Amino acid sequence: MRFEVKVEVSPREGIANPEGSTIERALPALGFVTAGNVRVGKVIHLQVDADSAADAKSLVEDMCNRFLSNPVIEDALVEVLEG
Amino acid sequence: MSCRVGVVRFPGTNCEFDTVDAIRSLDGEAEVLWHGEPSLKNVDAIVIPGGFAHGDYLRCGAIAKFSPIMESINSFAKAGGPVLGICNGFQVLTEAELLPGALQKNAGMKFLCSMQQIEFVSTSNVLGRQAQAGDRLLIPINHFEGNYVCSPQVLNQLEEENRIVFRYTDNPNGSMADIAGICNTEGNVVGMMPHPERATSPLLGSTDGTTLIKSLLIT
Repeated sequence: MRFEVKVEVSPREGIANPEGSTIERALPALGFVTAGNVRVGKVIHLQVDADSAADAKSLVEDMCNRFLSNPVIEDALVEVLEG
Repeated sequence: MSCRVGVVRFPGTNCEFDTVDAIRSLDGEAEVLWHGEPSLKNVDAIVIPGGFAHGDYLRCGAIAKFSPIMESINSFAKAGGPVLGICNGFQVLTEAELLPGALQKNAGMKFLCSMQQIEFVSTSNVLGRQAQAGDRLLIPINHFEGNYVCSPQVLNQLEEENRIVFRYTDNPNGSMADIAGICNTEGNVVGMMPHPERATSPLLGSTDGTTLIKSLLIT
């Protein structure tokens, strides 16, 4: 079965995120003075063949550990959207 | 016989010829090695130069680690062969897990291109044979992702094992502990963000990179 999977890669908590900090400093210029803890990551969409949603998830988690994210600085959240 | 250095070229590498010229100007032999060929052609040392390997897609260095030549470089490094990663080459070495940590975007979110003073912290590595701890060098940087990060445990380990090779005297990019370059436990694999090949002639504004490249050529 083919599954649509979404991977959310975000900077690991505790690791500085210069991109997020810069956006955070810019928001007040537009009047958004209450925003904080802005963090920028990326989203990767992909489709995989697997026997079940659980298998699809574990397959993509393996991709994350070995390639799609860098565990030194990033966390990856895998979500199977539909099969 | 002079030292033969293999300078690796990925699609998107752009400092390979500067590096080859610098090595030749210091009486070393150099040749460009294509990333798609696993053979290292019996070179004595490897340099992974700067640029944008594989377009820096996904993360800098992330795709380069799968290039056929990287498996050979991994074995070469594990056998004690000297490997120097400059700028993008340093990023490739961290992604390939030949060096710990990672390089993320500069703290100021600016691409930095400037002459930078760095200080030798540890000389127990392939770049330090003609240097002493505390020596200060002027070497240019040219990067957007040069902000070195690692876990507190790894940082402790780098400090305890004397594996911080260079620190910036005036940290330009937010790098943890002012780190400009590190090495592996054995000292044969070094990664650095500054470009020593661009500091090898008075015309370039500094000749301080020559001591590093000469050290590599002694191997």
